[in-house]
Amino acid sequence: MKQLMSGNEAIARGAYEAGVTVATGYPGTPSTEILENLSKEKSEVYCEWSPNEKVAFEVSAAASLAGVRSIVTMKHVGLNVAADPLMTLSYLGVVGGFVACVADDPGMHSSQNEQDTRQYARFAKVPIFEPSDSQEARDFMLMAMEVSEKYNTPVILRSTTRVSHSRSLVEIGERISTRREIGLEKNPPRFVPIPVWGRVMRNKVEDRLKLLTGASEASSANRIEWRSRSLGIVTASIAYQYVREVWPEASVLKLGFSYPFPDALIREFALGAQHVLVVEELDDILEQHIKALGISCQGRDYVPGIGELSIDRLLASRAMMDGRVPKVQKPAEFALPDRPPVLCPGCPHRGIFSALGRHDVVVAGDIGCYSLGAFKPLDRMDTVLCMGAGVSMAHGFDKAGDPKKIVGIVGDSTFFHSGITGLLDIAYNKGRSTIIVLDNRTTAMTGHQDNPGTGRTLMGDATPVVSIEAIGRACGIRRVETINPYDLEETQRVISRELEAGEPSLIISRAPCPLRERSRVGEMRKVEAEKCKSCKICLKLACPALEGGAEVPKISEYLCIGCGLCQQVCPAGAITAKGRAGNG
Amino acid sequence: MDNEAETKSVVLAGVGGQGILLASGIVARAAMQAGYDVKTNEVHGMAQRGGSVVAQIRFGTKVYSPLVPMGTARVLGALEQTEALRYSGYLAKDGLAVVNAQTIVPVTVSMGAARYPENIEALLRNAFPRMIYLDAASKAVELGEIRTANIVLLGALSRGLDLQEAAWREAIASSVKEKFRDLNLKAFDIGRNFK
Repeated sequence: MKQLMSGNEAIARGAYEAGVTVATGYPGTPSTEILENLSKEKSEVYCEWSPNEKVAFEVSAAASLAGVRSIVTMKHVGLNVAADPLMTLSYLGVVGGFVACVADDPGMHSSQNEQDTRQYARFAKVPIFEPSDSQEARDFMLMAMEVSEKYNTPVILRSTTRVSHSRSLVEIGERISTRREIGLEKNPPRFVPIPVWGRVMRNKVEDRLKLLTGASEASSANRIEWRSRSLGIVTASIAYQYVREVWPEASVLKLGFSYPFPDALIREFALGAQHVLVVEELDDILEQHIKALGISCQGRDYVPGIGELSIDRLLASRAMMDGRVPKVQKPAEFALPDRPPVLCPGCPHRGIFSALGRHDVVVAGDIGCYSLGAFKPLDRMDTVLCMGAGVSMAHGFDKAGDPKKIVGIVGDSTFFHSGITGLLDIAYNKGRSTIIVLDNRTTAMTGHQDNPGTGRTLMGDATPVVSIEAIGRACGIRRVETINPYDLEETQRVISRELEAGEPSLIISRAPCPLRERSRVGEMRKVEAEKCKSCKICLKLACPALEGGAEVPKISEYLCIGCGLCQQVCPAGAITAKGRAGNG
Repeated sequence: MDNEAETKSVVLAGVGGQGILLASGIVARAAMQAGYDVKTNEVHGMAQRGGSVVAQIRFGTKVYSPLVPMGTARVLGALEQTEALRYSGYLAKDGLAVVNAQTIVPVTVSMGAARYPENIEALLRNAFPRMIYLDAASKAVELGEIRTANIVLLGALSRGLDLQEAAWREAIASSVKEKFRDLNLKAFDIGRNFK
């Protein structure tokens, strides 16, 4: 019986069936649920959240060299972090099958950029598979493992948001159980790319690519669907699904094992079709290659390369190609209020942003829930670049001589990911910035994964809790202080003092994410209408539980979890705990 | 487009935390029970933090895209009033809108940067010639569990789709914990029998 599975569940299922015994990763939307699902099989698969993608990649790479099948999971930007091991593992090759599962985010639903992981396949000279639904996600994982072992190469399995987070029906199979000899072969010329051996490996990479071209040409993951010969469309990944609805009569070259390019198949297809159109999401990689083969085709002229594709966008492409004016289905316009994502009611980060709002400082931010602190009315984050940059960019603003005091903000998981090296730099190179670690004891934005600070592993075992304070001191930071962000007075006092310290300081704002704890912070609050002066200062906290609009703000009893920040900022004393005062 | 005639689309909209994902899973299971090919899509991550959330379900003999083309959904179910209007473009001209008469004030309104439409019911009635407008949240509170509002909505929405009631009931039973099963089935009945 077929099962309804998300792409990520299906990737995990494929890895399980393929006999994977080591799986690592770092959480990142839209990739996170791969490892979360695979870890349900923890009696047969060792799974871990590593501190970052580079570490995760190296752990799984070593597992492969030791002979087991392994995977590593991450989002597209995570592969930038893991690019270093990827580029050279391509030289070393693998022993047990090794698949890097990378999920792209066209349209930037939950990411800071839009990048096309297919570029990495070509860059690192490794094969890539691109499923277009959950069934293929499961099937291609099994194929990718076979290819990886047969050709001793790391393989990339590239998903996208719409593949990872769409559900469709999947026929599953049994787990392959093969007896493997585990243990690293003693063979430095194979595994040590010092120049003399590395140059040999370099040539092997090119030889392997030629063999892999033959493999992609013969792969059942690549197929020609002949229908009308007047238009032939080359496509891959989720774009295939849209193509089938927008051009149901057209012939299609559907690529699933898309690099190395299956040139013979592309030529055969181009010969059989009168016109060739390439429909690919993000970069025009296939189009450029097909043109380089001397085949005339169109793509970017009609198909947008920015943002994700959709049936509606491709209907417009089709209209343009057919010389018609695109029939734009303009939805009726309503003057609707925007509803951007916001920090949850009772979020401890709110206290820090509220306190920082009193200072004219530069705030270098980072990736996590707290990125939402950039929105008005909190409006207290000036930059975001990448994981860990909240710390190192603070140091850069400081060294540039920015006249304002400099604050860097980073979350706990992000600090472990790549904030520590930045802090080391600040201490070593005598910076003066104030670094605040928003330690909510979890990796919140991606759905509450454990990390080195939570005391629990993905396998569900208790483990030592790392001390951020001790790391700070070990890096050479002399001023280290831990605060409770729900106590605004303490928070403001410590921030004000540390900004004037004249040397670097580390503030750890510690309070667990209430969404994870599923518990109240304190008593529910209410507004006493007769005392309220309608100054609206409480609304500057941007708490979803506080409804403005009317003269007297209202606190939603469904949303308020009693963090009490509104009570602390109210100058009129009109907000009180519901249980204590009045008739509430 | 042949496929277009066969594939049925459903769009569910609301605010992060209202139970859109559970509801979309139930629609998908009901369609599966009825023997259809099914695809769904939902939003995770950043978009869930109290923001506007949309889930899409498509079923038919063979479904390609998990995403619903504009103007084609048979049913649009919204757990919040402005969200119904925000995603109204998905609904086919003769499609059914099912709207929960609930207002969740966005932070943009609270801080005075935007206004919540005052004449929301009139806007909805104008936008959706076929609409079931119900206070699913109050019905759910009457049942004793505000969190079943999504299932009340689903009950009303089920009237716009040609799936057997038994398929819905099985889908609900297999999607919620056993101790909440009867409660959710009651919530479904309230929506399905809403006049």
